[in-house]
Amino acid sequence: MSAVATVQPRAMRDTLLLSLYEAMLLDRNIFLVTADFGSPVMDNIRADIPDRVINVGIAEQNLINVSAGLALEGFKVFAYAIAPFITMRCFEQIRVNLALLSELRPMNVNLIGVGAGYSYVVSGPTHQCYEDLTVMRALPNMRIYSPADQMMAAALPARCLASNGPKYLRLDAQVLPVLYADALPNFADGFHEHRKGKTVCLLATGYMVHTALKAADALAATGFSVGIIDLFDLCGFSEEQLQSVLCAYRGVVTMEEGFRGRGGMDAMMFDYIVRRGLDIRMLNIGVEGEYRFELGERHVLHEHVGIGVGSVTEKVRGFLKSLPV
Amino acid sequence: MNMLQLDADVIERLNAKAQWVWEETLRIHRRSQETRVASSLSTIEIFVTLYYGGFMRFDPDNPIWEGRDRCIISKGHGSLCMYPILADLGYFPKQELERVCQAGSFLGGIPDPVIPGYETVNGSLGHGAGVGAAMALGLKCKGKDRMVYVVTGDGELHEGSNWEAFMFAAQHRLDKLVVLVDNNHISMLGPTDEIVSHRNLVRKFDAFGWSAREVVDGHSVVAIANALLDCQRDTSGKPKAIIVNTRKGNGVPGLENAPLSHVAAIKPDLIDQLLGERR
Repeated sequence: MSAVATVQPRAMRDTLLLSLYEAMLLDRNIFLVTADFGSPVMDNIRADIPDRVINVGIAEQNLINVSAGLALEGFKVFAYAIAPFITMRCFEQIRVNLALLSELRPMNVNLIGVGAGYSYVVSGPTHQCYEDLTVMRALPNMRIYSPADQMMAAALPARCLASNGPKYLRLDAQVLPVLYADALPNFADGFHEHRKGKTVCLLATGYMVHTALKAADALAATGFSVGIIDLFDLCGFSEEQLQSVLCAYRGVVTMEEGFRGRGGMDAMMFDYIVRRGLDIRMLNIGVEGEYRFELGERHVLHEHVGIGVGSVTEKVRGFLKSLPV
Repeated sequence: MNMLQLDADVIERLNAKAQWVWEETLRIHRRSQETRVASSLSTIEIFVTLYYGGFMRFDPDNPIWEGRDRCIISKGHGSLCMYPILADLGYFPKQELERVCQAGSFLGGIPDPVIPGYETVNGSLGHGAGVGAAMALGLKCKGKDRMVYVVTGDGELHEGSNWEAFMFAAQHRLDKLVVLVDNNHISMLGPTDEIVSHRNLVRKFDAFGWSAREVVDGHSVVAIANALLDCQRDTSGKPKAIIVNTRKGNGVPGLENAPLSHVAAIKPDLIDQLLGERR
């Protein structure tokens, strides 16, 4: 699927909040709760629907508890904060009052975390987020959506409003190229196959889908054709459908903007492959596990930690050569 | 709301219920020695006054009836005494009290909303104030004139999340929110004043924008009822706090106000002696 120039590139949070704004105008049961985190679109929502936009202040624990309390009273809630803070500052509140309580009481709470991976480039490791997939996927009942572009982000509110349960929406903070200008992927599948290839498939999420596309181009220039899958519903994808796609390959490369080998998407795919008995080799690409403090452009930082286009291309090339003929 | 008239009959009835709940709580603890009984003996009169004193609207046949007043039992470990109350009110059969902490029972050592009448998960401390505040806000937005009571412990107030919630409640003028602090002055490892002192909780709540009052004798149903009535008459528009000074392990020699009473068990012989029962 190719980008279309008529779609104005915007940040994911803006397209998502715009969709949410429209939904809030129609449905008085929707609340937007923020931990003193905003955006220009948020300013409009605050101005037009002040009674259903709640700023709890810089208080993420209370952000979650307030969201849970409103949800128990039947409201549909979107909680909004910077990704590492909305997932890890208040993890126990999420565990107790969302993951655990939703087992017993119906609730619709959607955590919007802005700043996946390195997207807050100059803010350093406190604001960057490489652990959220690990901690959030540890929770039963928690659904994780990790969109790769603004169109997917814009589609999430309707999707979230249609189904109960707690969800984590992992948004990039930067403006990324548009991938789904013509049509959205099938949400029921939970993934989208961008390209078919031979031998190896790159299975990426969020920003790393863009890296996968570039790496695939680089590999194609040297005669390697690899497939590309955007996995955006990390806990609810169709296992059967994904298997039907992966069965065409001998190897799969997981690509995440999170720590490698610490329970993120790589562990999830390992579990999936073992559980389903798939005959496929796997390479995991993720941030090599240490906190770093260098400043630089995102693609440069990515090369430092082994997830840049160059690093990925080399690792995939080596993986291809390692596969049995 | 069915306002309580504090005549002699009502007082006698509340005192009788409090005595019965105290005895039933000990009987449960005799059968299930792993239950945290000391914390549950300090809250008895709080719950008895709320549930039997006309301060709570509820429907045991429909525990999450929309028209109910909400009671968030944030110090879940200290609510063993709620089991006989809920059974007595008809939330579940009294026979279930025989099976507390046994395999297959829904009545665990720390209550969860699998128990009819419990609103939230209560095992971890510091959650009730924020959830309860938001429920009060939600009810206010829906135009529902319903109370939200949150019962918390003084040790629990060491959790910072409470104070985030208290600021939030004051900001939104959640005047139907009443926090009752079971101020038994003892945390797991000793007196709260020696761990991290709250100093003056009434003044603290007041400084946080609440209307706060103190109940000197937290084992007096009359004093608690008067404080709750005072909250009803309060037109300040502020959320309300009642600091209820209680005794951990109330009424049990050796346990009452013992610094390390939190996880202490009462020997069955002593329970029999206290209840005047022969086995």
